[in-house]
Formats: sequence, structure tokens, C-alpha cells
Amino acid sequence: MKILVPVKRVIDYNLKPRVKPDGSGIDLANTKMSMNPFDEIAVEEAIRLKEKGVATEVVAVSIGPAKAQETLRTALAMGADRAVLVETDEDIEPLAVAKILKAIAEEEGPGIVMLGKQAIDDDSNQTGQMLAALMGRPQGTFASKVEVEGDNVSVTREVDGGLETVKLSLPAIVTTDLRLNEPRYASLPNIMKAKKKPLDTKSPADYGVDCAPRLTTLKVEEPPVRQAGEMVGSVDELVAKLKEKGVVA
Amino acid sequence: MSEEITRESMPVDVVVVGGGPAGLSAAIRLKQLDEALEVVVLEKGSEIGAHILSGAVIDPRALDELLPEWRETCPLAEVPVTENHHWLLTRSGKWEIPHLALPPLMSNKGNYTGSLGNLCRWLAERAEEMGVQVFPGFPASEVLYDEAGNVMGVATQDMGVAADGSHKPEFEPGLELHAKYTLFAEGARGHLTKQVKARFDLEAECQPQVYGLGIKELWDVDPGKHEPGRVVHTQGWPLSESGTWGGGFLYHQADSQVALGFVTALDYANPHVSPYHEFQRWKHHPEIASVLEGGKRVAYGARVINEGGWQSVPKLAFPGGALVGCSAGFVNVPRIKGTHTAMKSGMLAAESIAAAIAGGRELDELAEYDAAVRSSWIAEELQKVKNAQPLVAKFGEDVGTMLAGIDMWLRTLKIRLPFTMKHHKDADSLGRADLYPKIAYPKPDGVLSFDRLTSVSFSGTNHEEDQPCHLKVQNMDLQKASELGLYDGPSTRYCPAGVYEWIEEGDEPKFVINAQNCVHCKTCDIKDPNGNITWVTPEGGGGPNYPNM
Repeated sequence: MKILVPVKRVIDYNLKPRVKPDGSGIDLANTKMSMNPFDEIAVEEAIRLKEKGVATEVVAVSIGPAKAQETLRTALAMGADRAVLVETDEDIEPLAVAKILKAIAEEEGPGIVMLGKQAIDDDSNQTGQMLAALMGRPQGTFASKVEVEGDNVSVTREVDGGLETVKLSLPAIVTTDLRLNEPRYASLPNIMKAKKKPLDTKSPADYGVDCAPRLTTLKVEEPPVRQAGEMVGSVDELVAKLKEKGVVA
Repeated sequence: MSEEITRESMPVDVVVVGGGPAGLSAAIRLKQLDEALEVVVLEKGSEIGAHILSGAVIDPRALDELLPEWRETCPLAEVPVTENHHWLLTRSGKWEIPHLALPPLMSNKGNYTGSLGNLCRWLAERAEEMGVQVFPGFPASEVLYDEAGNVMGVATQDMGVAADGSHKPEFEPGLELHAKYTLFAEGARGHLTKQVKARFDLEAECQPQVYGLGIKELWDVDPGKHEPGRVVHTQGWPLSESGTWGGGFLYHQADSQVALGFVTALDYANPHVSPYHEFQRWKHHPEIASVLEGGKRVAYGARVINEGGWQSVPKLAFPGGALVGCSAGFVNVPRIKGTHTAMKSGMLAAESIAAAIAGGRELDELAEYDAAVRSSWIAEELQKVKNAQPLVAKFGEDVGTMLAGIDMWLRTLKIRLPFTMKHHKDADSLGRADLYPKIAYPKPDGVLSFDRLTSVSFSGTNHEEDQPCHLKVQNMDLQKASELGLYDGPSTRYCPAGVYEWIEEGDEPKFVINAQNCVHCKTCDIKDPNGNITWVTPEGGGGPNYPNM
């Protein structure tokens, strides 16, 4: 069984995003970019399934600028077998991503499409669900445990108030949550080897997908600055302060 | 408790420790001379440029020699220096030092202002195009010696070690890189450089290296106040109040951004001095504040800079390896520039290595590299200014600056005074807390000045939490008795990231090390009065993630 792992190149999670002065978006010039952490978990899970003998091949896919190659090389260094870059400098919305992924999935025929539950840049949480709908295949989202049994996959989902386990028939779409696994480090020799693994470059047009945006961004702004706290000496002082601010009567 | 580790090893021709301007220039030069050479660059930052912090006003001399076409694609070419000012600040005013009084070497004509991190990113791309293997996120943590005692390479740090030393499930052992020659290009106070300096006694015939702590911010300013290419340096206030010396810089760079920062010489005596707060205070000077008002801070960081100059340059070569860039210390202190000399030293080392390997040599001492530096324009330039820093350090800022100016003028005019000023180690200059007045720094206003932890959040700093502390205190009793008892805990003030705290636990003071905040500036390794703190590499990728710094 083949596993297809879509990965997204996003602003590094350690960084404080800087809103462009004109409010049109986030300034990414010279900003460190890395693989979306949820996608890293998807790559790790796919590789573990391969190591267990469940999967035979792990194919990483990214849709984005030429530099997204680096993200794919990271996936290859972790253990993916080959990669496909669908190169575009446009801002691609989840629907277009799902359409391109559907076309690739039809070509590759994977048993599982394993991807992060959402990307940390736009927090859309849509691609996996849209892909499942477009393909007419079952989906197991927010996975914290994945077990393949014959023609089925059991996915334990992190839902409000607990865990839900669903059984899906393959092929299926699985989106990964934070607690599924702890991704491995890419070792230096594996990074070297990854440079020699195959990486195909395509364009959205190769898949006949119209990537025109359906949404218009009106404005991007920073969250309000948190006010500094105030230390109080006693409960009475606290109550007095709260009254003063009109929080309690 | 640590399990038996088996490390893989890999033979290469040259391994370069550190992906800064010196290391990358060396790698590029090696490939230019012989493209068949296997060259590996190891970098502890999560990407090239992540740990690079500089002003910067850059003299393109070495870049012109290395990659003459650089102006076509390198982001540094965007902003040439157009105006150069040198101010002597008083509490609320300024004296402008006229250009004619400054020795010609202090002019910034033909120089560029921009981000050194971005220059390094650009250099790394060139290096990779030429076939250099660049590995960010892999700190070299150990020098490897062969049986004869020659440096035979380095080992990268193990990944996935827990705080208690045990191996986590994702443990990945380090890799040994065995090289014919190893270049140390770690920047100021490199931790492996410190080891090889001691092992081969490289500083036997030079003055001790001394340092300044540079703290920098990047601001988006009101476009109406932005004058690309305008470069300002300041001396005087506020350090003049505590008898300390150093100075500020304010560079108008691309995209309505101003890079500003403040360097405090680490030979200060008063243990109550806080370089971080001096910098915050400096931003409130009316001449500086007027540029920043209405703007927004976007980045913060700190790094030590070598200030020893020519007399502190150690022996550069030893069996199997050499020091390049700030690992050796080629900063021209009055010009506050070291990028061009760092790059040039990397190129000279590369030339010596390529010739040596072509001649069938390996693992021996590259004495010709040491000689090449001493007869290059690096030496010519640094000799002119060798007394400037120590004169200021000795005679204070006003008289010292004047004497430094005279000394530089005379040397420029080829009148060489027959003396070289000496240095004293920064750690030894600290005085007892009870002999110096405490300093009441103003509270940050949250607009121009900020508290330290808020600032650190603008450096993108992160370290894996579950790992051994990378700031090693050798003797905790000594730390308590001396660092706290005699000096009143200067670490709580000199650290620009607020890593160190003395807290009361029961009746006992306890030294708390918030190592995850460390921005890798190395001040603690230098300024601890007893040399009791040693900085070692944390897990790969840890530390700041500087953009455009």
C-alpha cells in the first residue's frame, strides 16, 4: 500500500509573525520557513507504517513555491521515498489544494492520504475534509492513533470531551493531530541521501485545476496587546480592584 | 546515565564549523579553487542566518574579491551608505564630531548597510550551488583528535537526549566528520575554539581577547522619518554615567526599517551595570527617540563582539586546523566592522588548504595561512587601529577617544608609535559589589523600551525543553559565595535574555538558569567573575531564529 503525504511550507512556529504595514498580509521576506508541524506528524506516521510493513511506499507532495522543495527534502530525509512538487507562486486556498491532491491521488492510487489536520499559518482545517468529499472516500480527522487492519483503518479521533474510534474502509483520508506521535530527527547522513531521492516538479495546470482564489482578504491585523498584570496584596484589595473596574458589583 | 553510543563517521576533505561570513567564504573559495573537494559546513542555528546578529555596515572589499558579481543578486547591494554621522551624546543633547576630524578609515563611503544574516543566507545559496554541503541544525559539539594529537574533525551533537542524560525514543547519535583540515568559524567566543585555543596554547604570545556585548533591535519606522543609507554612531551617554564605555548605532536600511543597537564593553567594573538597561535607556535619548516614535519594534537579539583587535589575534594554525573570522578575532574596533576581515581570513585559509591538499598534505599545521593573514590587508588595516580600543578603555571615553583619534591619524600617516596597548581579561575587571554604587534604571515604558522577557520573545528563541542544561556551572558553592556574595549576582544583569536568576528558596538563595531563553550571545562564558560558567552547544536548531538581523 502506498501512502500519500501532503506537506505545507509555513512560517516557522517559533517566530512572531510580522504583519505588513499596509495590513495586506504577513511579511515572509527572509523569514524562516519550515514544514507545518502537523504535516511532520503525518510524515512520521506514514514512515512508521512503512517500517511496520503495512505501507510499501511513502510519497510526499507539496503545493507552493520552488522553495517548498526544501520542505519535501525534509520529508525525504525523515524517510519518505519520493516527492512531487506542484510549483506555483500563487496563494492557494484549501479547495484548490484539495482538487490538486485529488488529481494526484487518482494518478498514484494511495491506500491512505495522510495529512496534518490544519496548517499553522492560516489554521483553515479544511483540506483533508474537502479532499475526502471530492474523492467520495471516508475520512478520519484529528487522529491520535492509526491502525491498519486488512482493508480497513481504525482511527482514534480527539473529539470534544474524549476519544472516538472510527473504522474506515481503504482508501481513506486521515488527518493527524498533535498527540499521534513525536516526529523523528532527520539525521545528517539521511539528509545527504535525501538529496539524491527523486523529486518531480509539476504545475497546477498539469492537473487542470483552476487555482483562482474564492476568498478576498480584507485586512490582517495583530491581536491586541495583552495588558500588564497587577499584583495585589490581599483578597480585599483584589475585590476592590475588580469593583473599581466594574467587573463585580 | 548514558548508554553506549556508536557514532557513524564520514570522511570529507574540509569541515567548517559555523555558517557565518568567514565559514561560508572559506567554503566558497575552496570550491572555486577545486570543485572536487568535499566541503561540509556545520551550523548550530536552525537555518543559515538564524544565529547571525550584526549591525551591519559592511565594507565590500572581501565580497568584491570573492564574488565580484555580488551586486547583481545580493540583498546587501540595496542600500549603500549615503550619510555618516558620529555623535557624542550628553544626557539630552549631542555634539557632532566633524568629518574632517575623523581619520579617513572611519569614513563609510562605499560601504553598504543591511542584514548580515541575509548576506549569509545569500552566501549559503551560492555555496550550495557550487556543491558545498551546508547543514544547519547540526552543532559541532566535540573536537576529534587522532593518535598524534592532530585535529581530525568534529562530531555533531547527539539529538534527543533528555534533561537527565537518558536517551529519548527519538534519540539520534551525532556523526563524526573526519577531515583533512578543520576550520573553526564559530564567531566570537566559539566554544570549540576555546578548547583548541587552550589545547594548542594559541594565545601564548598575544594579549587576551576582550569583548563587547552588542544588543540589537530592528524597527519599522514611520516612512516619513526613514532615510535609507543614513548611518549614525554614538558615544557618551548613558554609559558615561557609570564610567563604562561603548556606543550605539542607528542604521536606516531597506523597507522603512532601522537597525539600532548598543555595544557595552565587557570590561566594566561596576557589577551593577546592566547592558540591557543601558540600551533601553539610550533609546529614550531625544535624538534616538525621535526616529523611533510612531514606529514598531519587530526583532531583538544580542551577541558579543571581539574588541581585542590586532594584539589579541592568536596563533591561527595548529595541526589539522585553523581559526578564521571572529573565532580568531579580526574586528576593526573603531570601524565596528569585522565582516570583510572575517571573509578575507576564510578565503586565505581556503587558499592554503587547497594548495596543501593538492600537494598531498593533510592533518598538519597550515603555517602558511597564519603568515598569509599577517601579510594581508587584514593586518595592514588592523595595525592602524590597534591602540584605539585600549586607549579608550584606559583613559575613559572623552580623553581616550581623542587619543585614539590621534593614534589612528598618526598610523594612517605612517607615523608608527612604538607601543602597543595591552588588554586585561573582562572577567578580571569586575569589582566587588559593595565598592560600587547601585544603579536605578528607569522602568520600561512599553513603547520605546521593554522588559527583557518581552524582548526575548522578539528573538524567535526556542530550545527543546527536555534536554541537559547547556550553561554549565562548574562549582555551585563558588557561584553562591562569590558571584552572589561578593559581586551581587551580575549574571542577573549582564545576560540580555534574563537567563539567570537568584531566587530565595527557603532560607537559601538558589541559582536558576532559564537556559531555554538563551540567545547564544556568550556573555556569561566571558563575564562571570570566576570563569565558572561554560557555554556549550544545546540540541541542534535551538537558540534564536533571527530574521533580517
